[in-house]
Amino acid sequence: MANATHRPSFTERHSQWVLLAPALTLLCVAAFGPLFIVAIYSFLTPGDYGGVVWKFSTEAWFNVFAERDIFDETIGFADAHLAIFWRSLRLALITTVVAFLFGFPTAYFIATRPAHQRNLWMLLIMVPFWTNLLIRTFAIMELIRNEGVVNTLLMGLGIINEPIQMLYTDFAIMVGMLYVYLPLMVLPIYASLERFDFSLVEAGYDLYANRLKVLRKVILPVTRPGIVAGSILVLIPALGAYVTPRVLGGGKRMMLGNLIELQFGQGRNWPLGAALAMLLLLIVMATMVFYVRAAGREGGGHG
Amino acid sequence: MIEIDSVSKVFGSGATAFTALNDVSVTIRENEFFTLLGPSGCGKTTLLRTIAGFNAPSSGSVRLDGEDLVALPPYKRPVNTVFQNYALFPHMTVAENIGFGLDMLNRPKSEIKATVAEMLELVQMTPMADRRTSEISGGQQQRVALARALAPRPKVLLLDEPLSALDYKLRKGMQVELKRLQNETGITFVFVTHDQEEALSMSDRIAVMSNSRILQVGSPHDIYDHPAERFVAEFIGETNFLTGKIAGQEGETLRVALDVGGEIIARQPPGDPAGQAVTVAVRPEHAHFCAPDSAEATVTGEVSNVVYLGTDTHFHLVLSDGTPFALRLQNTPERAADAKLGDRVGIRVAPGVAQVLRD
Ligand SMILES: Nc1ncnc2c1ncn2[C@@H]1O[C@H](COP(=O)(O)OP(=O)(O)OP(=O)(O)O)[C@@H](O)[C@H]1O
Ligand SMILES: [Mg+2]
Repeated sequence: MANATHRPSFTERHSQWVLLAPALTLLCVAAFGPLFIVAIYSFLTPGDYGGVVWKFSTEAWFNVFAERDIFDETIGFADAHLAIFWRSLRLALITTVVAFLFGFPTAYFIATRPAHQRNLWMLLIMVPFWTNLLIRTFAIMELIRNEGVVNTLLMGLGIINEPIQMLYTDFAIMVGMLYVYLPLMVLPIYASLERFDFSLVEAGYDLYANRLKVLRKVILPVTRPGIVAGSILVLIPALGAYVTPRVLGGGKRMMLGNLIELQFGQGRNWPLGAALAMLLLLIVMATMVFYVRAAGREGGGHG
Repeated sequence: MIEIDSVSKVFGSGATAFTALNDVSVTIRENEFFTLLGPSGCGKTTLLRTIAGFNAPSSGSVRLDGEDLVALPPYKRPVNTVFQNYALFPHMTVAENIGFGLDMLNRPKSEIKATVAEMLELVQMTPMADRRTSEISGGQQQRVALARALAPRPKVLLLDEPLSALDYKLRKGMQVELKRLQNETGITFVFVTHDQEEALSMSDRIAVMSNSRILQVGSPHDIYDHPAERFVAEFIGETNFLTGKIAGQEGETLRVALDVGGEIIARQPPGDPAGQAVTVAVRPEHAHFCAPDSAEATVTGEVSNVVYLGTDTHFHLVLSDGTPFALRLQNTPERAADAKLGDRVGIRVAPGVAQVLRD
């Protein structure tokens, strides 16, 4: 009778579900409830003055990718939408890569300071976070607009004659997102670098690896979990960015977030907005799965 | 051959400056098992790191086979280190760790594979070749660290207390293993320890360090029997110290009139003693009993304690002026009990056995 002596451990008992129930309920309602509503709305018909009419339709999903010509009803790709998807993905990826290029050395610099100085440096990284996003974005605008600080300075120094058009370009959006999301890259990388055993660097040097090889073969692989976390933290909000492209990209250079807002606002096409929102979710999920797979493969499952 | 010439290392500057190496000069021979022995904080690791290239000497030079090492970064020195904390790469398997050095030297894949297999065999880790370094025990990690440092066949292997984390049995086994490796590979071993027994049993030569200096370099026999300074005599084994004044010189030996009375003929230290007043070091096992106050007695004392230790018996004596003196006799079936608690005994030290200290 081996079973007679088997007593379920505490974590195996049903009581844990009872204890977890309130938290789980809240989580389900708060996280999946709204999502569920959005998913349903994307299959309904738009109302005349916003809102939805409870009539099933796949028109919204059709409109995400395609459009009917108003006159002859021929079907073509929704070029405007596809351009916006592409811009969102491209800008988000570029922002992530550039944030890594700036963020890793920054985190490395801080992690190699004496212990009592590190917190001060991290504080400096975090300070911009305490200021309102809109205000920070307008500050960037002040920097890069035609009569802004950068152009004035360059013209004053005689390096350029005409102001460089930086505002209302993809570049402007990228700079804005970089500025806003950089701390999200620095923080997790710093966390893994702080735990990093720097005697591994010496071991690398000792075994004939030069600086570049130590970076590539030792430091980057060991701190990969932090790099993956930082990249995800930057990529996801960048994909759905709304304020930054609105202010720095002007009306024309929309990203997905702006397109969605347009449908719920002026466009008065809530189902299309809901379908676009679901699409954004899918893009984020696909990108993440792809990224984590790629990062995991090379890391050989460590960390 | 490593020539370390007047190397000094100062950490920090101004008021917080700390001299971790003070004018250290020593020559380490080819294929020698050379040990740096000294108490914690005396500069052993600093000297090792200077040879490896992790810190630049503040002054002085380090040469390997005539070539100046100071100008070379660590990754260009044919020197490998077994780190005190092993510093194995956590994102690699055991085999990848061992092959890392050869990989960085751009050796062909086939050669790397063969050498790694050979090294795994050597440290008896073949069955664990594909494990991660976090999945093996401390002793196994230590062996991997050793294999990793040996794989590129460096000219010099630096070992920073590599056995300190191992249990007694594993440690004894690794000591034998290290000696065998050194004989077989022809690599020069520079070994750091603060375990005197380990140093005596393994080394060809030992450098005793204290306070950022090398006090004495010599064979284990030299260091043990003829310590140059009080610190060396005290740090290695047990020693009796008797004070006296130089009364004359006879060839290699000095006649010293002891303060407690009597005379002793002891070896001259390397380098002249500082003045007329000197200290003589006598190992407990170098003294014998004789009749008290007889002609052959060097000094006379009273037995204050007898400790039986199985192979030896340890006698604690007090000399006439109150100086403690330890005497150790091996227990043989023939030897009768030599002295009992409270006995007055003579102590004989054969001429030329004791050592006059430099300081
Ligand atoms: N980077 C450094 N900055 C300042 N002082 C240092 C530095 N490295 C070592 N020291 C000091 O130099 C002295 C010698 O250190 P070292 O590590 O060489 O000692 P050690 O002989 O190896 O001791 P242990 O047996 O404890 O390992 C110590 O007092 C230490 O505090
Ligand atoms: Mg040390």
